[in-house]
Amino acid sequence: MQNLALGDKIFKSRLFIGTGKFSSNDLMEQAVREAGSELVTVALKRVDITDKGDDMLKHLTIPGVNLLPNTSGVRTAKEAVFAAQLAREALETDWLKLEIHPDPKYLLPDGEETLAAVKQLVKLGFKVLPYVQADPVLCKKLEEAGTAAVMPLGSPIGSNNGLRTLDFLKIIIEQSNVPVVVDAGIGAPSDAARAMEIGADAVLVNTAIAVSPDPVQMARAFRLAVEAGRLAFEAKLAGKSVEALASSPLTSFLDELE
Amino acid sequence: MNFYDEIQKYNWEEVSEQIYTQSSADVKIALAKNRLELSDFQALISPAARPYLELMAQKSMQLTQKRFGKTIQFFIPLYLSNACTNTCVYCGFNHNNNFDRKILTKEEVIDEAKKISDLGFEHILLVTGEDNHRCGVSYIGEMMQVVKKYFSLVSIEVQPLKTEEYKELSKHGLNTVYVYQETYNETNYKKYHPTGRKSNYRYRLETPERLGEAGVHKIGLGCLLGLEDWRVDSFFTALHLQFLEKTYWKTKYSISFPRLRPHAGKYEPDHTTSQKDLLQLICAYRLFNEQVEISLTTRESPAFRDNMLKLGVTTFSAGSKTNPGGYAGGESLEQFSVNDDRSPQEIADMIKRNGYEVVWKDWDSFMQL
Repeated sequence: MQNLALGDKIFKSRLFIGTGKFSSNDLMEQAVREAGSELVTVALKRVDITDKGDDMLKHLTIPGVNLLPNTSGVRTAKEAVFAAQLAREALETDWLKLEIHPDPKYLLPDGEETLAAVKQLVKLGFKVLPYVQADPVLCKKLEEAGTAAVMPLGSPIGSNNGLRTLDFLKIIIEQSNVPVVVDAGIGAPSDAARAMEIGADAVLVNTAIAVSPDPVQMARAFRLAVEAGRLAFEAKLAGKSVEALASSPLTSFLDELE
Repeated sequence: MNFYDEIQKYNWEEVSEQIYTQSSADVKIALAKNRLELSDFQALISPAARPYLELMAQKSMQLTQKRFGKTIQFFIPLYLSNACTNTCVYCGFNHNNNFDRKILTKEEVIDEAKKISDLGFEHILLVTGEDNHRCGVSYIGEMMQVVKKYFSLVSIEVQPLKTEEYKELSKHGLNTVYVYQETYNETNYKKYHPTGRKSNYRYRLETPERLGEAGVHKIGLGCLLGLEDWRVDSFFTALHLQFLEKTYWKTKYSISFPRLRPHAGKYEPDHTTSQKDLLQLICAYRLFNEQVEISLTTRESPAFRDNMLKLGVTTFSAGSKTNPGGYAGGESLEQFSVNDDRSPQEIADMIKRNGYEVVWKDWDSFMQL
């Protein structure tokens, strides 16, 4: 399986993990380890960034695992940029998962504010991974603004509804010059495998693992699914053959005309 | 369109009739849906839903885990004052109750804040009675400044304020405002709130709209169970929530259904609400709205809270004192007597034993500018 080059790093694993919703930090750590993930996202609002002893952060200090702070909770570009700068200072990473959702019910991303924030954050030297609608035009604009990747959603966050935006994800993947990470809505390993098969560079999964009755085993299932999907993409799927249906061929008249 | 006009379209007796004539078939239809309408909610809070409580609880648990994970958020109230110019018949702080009123000084608030912070809390709720002269908006703002050094999220449950005042307090870091309508029955509202500013039904009813206008992050809604029929009042709470979600879509909502507790004064509720009723109500709410936060406070017993923690609830108070100065050991009149007096650590341990994680912190002051 090919490695993934993202920002200034090389990843062996193409499965990124979200750290909310687990029944304990111990279980979260075990799931991250079992998933083989090298990039985990953590909500700035959940941790005390000024406290080295923060329990969640302690559990995420795992060799080979990089921290991806996220701005979940902010409603505007201004708030996101401010939070990002504090996070960089405290957590000593310029990687950032940019989430701006003024809608606290469905947590849908605000494209306009996201683009404005990306422009500022890139100038400030951040490696930005923005969470966005599966909007191909917005993804191109974000790429031009200098994002490290784009993270379009598969379906509403936490819904476990799978790849409802499939047609748009395919366009984004086809057009993108930066890695495409499918984020949000991936409810089962088969969804993750499907995303990888169509050429996504990675997936980010949280709810489906955290809320499973056995998060550790589910993390392993996702690891295998992501690998399977990626290997299939690299091997190239055989084209689907179409069997002729008409009993009288529609084109046989050509022979008679000859 | 404002909510006062909206609610005029409904008649209390008719709504009651609709709820009490829901059938078992209506309940089954509601249970089979993923997106519920208000009529489905009526079915789920109706007597016809009683045989389906187990199924409702299972669905409620599943939906709550999907959205909130296996977690319970903690918060704690800090009573700043028990001075009050209202005469709410069910409240210990009733102006007519004769006792020495206590309004905490800045130093006393710091004392309380330190004690609470030592217990591990990050989310604080400042509570006052309504006394606009002695603890008006400038007092509340000042105390908010004092406590925000100790906590990552500051909420208030105080008298209804003006839009501009909410905007001002937001600059000091205000995140959430809880304002319960107590009852949506306009005719009887006056019976429970005979005098004082709180006797103005409409001004209270429109408070969440002023909060929405002011851009406050989160609004807590609810009614006081025991005043009127819980089924009808909770329907109007759902109507209110739906109206607000559509109008103020950038605001987060939380609901709570406090049941009347023993307090100083003689008032006894006309309409009792059993634990079974409360379970039905909480599960019905979760099925109706997957995203709303639902809190269950120390008004409820340890046994009930322990069993409800997975069934739709997202937020617990713990270790609460309902009298000003209570954490530092001060003696003053409490608003009501708490039912779950275990320490926050005991409750946290119980939650952990149930395979859930306590979320002490889910906000930071730097997230809002």
